[in-house]
Amino acid sequence: MWVPKNPGDNRRPNDIPANERDYYLEKKYPSFGNLVPRDVASRNAKQQCDAGKGVGPTGRAVYLDFMQAIKRDGKAAIARKYGNLFDMYRNIIDEDPYETPMMIYPAAHFTLGGLWVAYNLMGNVPGLFVLGEANFSDHGANRLGASALMQGLADGYFVVPYTLAGYLGDAGNSDVAEDHPVFNESIQSMNTHIEKLLSINGKRTVEDIHRELGRVMEDHVGLARNEAGLKKAIEQIKEIRAEFWENVKVAGPSDRHRLNLQKAGRLADFLELDELMAIDALNRRESCGGHLRTEAESEDGEAIRDDDNFCHVSAWEYKGEGTEPELHREPLVFENVKLTQRSYK
Amino acid sequence: MNNHKTINITLKVWRQQSPEDRGRFEIIPVEGVDTHSSFLEMLDFLNEKLILQDKEPIEFDNDCREGICGTCGMMVDGIPHGHGKGMTICQLHMREFNDGATVVVEPFRARAYKVIQDLIVDRSPLEKIIQAGGYISVNTGGAPDANAIPVGQEKVEEAMDAAACIGCGACVASCPNASAMLFVSAKVSQLALLPQGRPEANIRVLAMLKEMDACGFGNCTNHRVCEAACPKEVSISHIARFNREFLKAGLFGRSTMDK
Repeated sequence: MWVPKNPGDNRRPNDIPANERDYYLEKKYPSFGNLVPRDVASRNAKQQCDAGKGVGPTGRAVYLDFMQAIKRDGKAAIARKYGNLFDMYRNIIDEDPYETPMMIYPAAHFTLGGLWVAYNLMGNVPGLFVLGEANFSDHGANRLGASALMQGLADGYFVVPYTLAGYLGDAGNSDVAEDHPVFNESIQSMNTHIEKLLSINGKRTVEDIHRELGRVMEDHVGLARNEAGLKKAIEQIKEIRAEFWENVKVAGPSDRHRLNLQKAGRLADFLELDELMAIDALNRRESCGGHLRTEAESEDGEAIRDDDNFCHVSAWEYKGEGTEPELHREPLVFENVKLTQRSYK
Repeated sequence: MNNHKTINITLKVWRQQSPEDRGRFEIIPVEGVDTHSSFLEMLDFLNEKLILQDKEPIEFDNDCREGICGTCGMMVDGIPHGHGKGMTICQLHMREFNDGATVVVEPFRARAYKVIQDLIVDRSPLEKIIQAGGYISVNTGGAPDANAIPVGQEKVEEAMDAAACIGCGACVASCPNASAMLFVSAKVSQLALLPQGRPEANIRVLAMLKEMDACGFGNCTNHRVCEAACPKEVSISHIARFNREFLKAGLFGRSTMDK
């Protein structure tokens, strides 16, 4: 991974000699080099670009360079390991990554689930089990959310065969039918929601507003965040939400398949969830997982955790529209392993 | 990346409001298409414009947009997923089209696929075939040791090649018989190659074939168009393995099938 030493050096990457390249990860983390975990690699890539050293037409990229590895191990060995990724890159960028370094930049992962569950993986609605990445039960060193493969296997193989079967065994058969008042109320409220979305008939498309929201999240609730930025983001999200409900244009009618209506419904949810994510981030005044709080950063740019005050999961309870969510702290207790600070120096 | 430009194209696109609607082609000029956008991004770009003009956007299935989920699929100039080799339509980029081109876009067509709207078809018959036997039975409770059953590397690779099938259904749309044989054979083959799939191999191949026929798919007469159309380049050698599995089940598996 490298960027040109001189910002704005717009020669082709292969024309830039080694002594004019800044292999910033190897320099900063001599023992791990390019093998630092992805949160560290992502943050450093973004820092290079924020400092004006990014490459490519957008300036939002660093070089991921396989030229030395190809020379050392041969093209066949690299193709066997990464062939499909290289093919995808060629499709998208129209450059051959076997011949020229790839331009990469950290992007938002999909929003991880994070629904609260008890030990048996049942949420706070009786009978509603939340499995896999949708729940909050597993955290890792470099992620605040969940883990798709590990949880898919662990929840599906080890937990749910016991707990869900146990619940069904205890609960027995239910005589709830589709004419139950609660069922009708749900249909009513969903129809009202859809009709409301279709009736606004404003001037901006769902995609347009979604992009605006995305920029706020990327700027202030991304890899590195701070109090001022998060407070600003919360205000901006509120404004975008107001704009959405006044000025969105959703194509109807509702009685047919509408991709656009689906997206509008999702964006309405994102506008609530993203605000909650910003509130949660504001509340957590430490650097944690892949997220750097700039107030909790060492002099050499490393993340500092605050285990005295934040060794807990923040579970937020929804209190209805327009009401602040309520925080429940679930302490994280470590019996056999001691918490330590990571170091890749 | 630096050969950044825009082109103008004309879409001749299938519009159909519902399964009952007769449907028709609509000719829509699309100006200022970024050549770095994907085919689906071009449709997004057009739909944005249509929505703002109070026209109905073109409905199409899509999800991951990186060629791994199998949700997208349409005929572009008569070819399933367009002319890009070994890729889905979400991976085909507009730089592969000429400025001024007329591009014909239609839904996947087959007797077993009902058009839901515009370019969206009902591919649930493929799910029905999987439900008929495209799985292995595993008891709940203690998980077996991961290394208890050794599998050779060659078998693993072959099974993985079959497992590359993403179930997009392009093979059906390409086949003159609208047969789902490449899809079904990939699923049968993947499990037949592994020891975990052997106990139910006979029941599986017969049940999946029966369901394929019941769903209204045609049969295979070795045209091989499916192999050319498959975005995951699944080989028709899996159809040969399917036929062997079928023969074995017919000769030796009667008693298991009758259960």
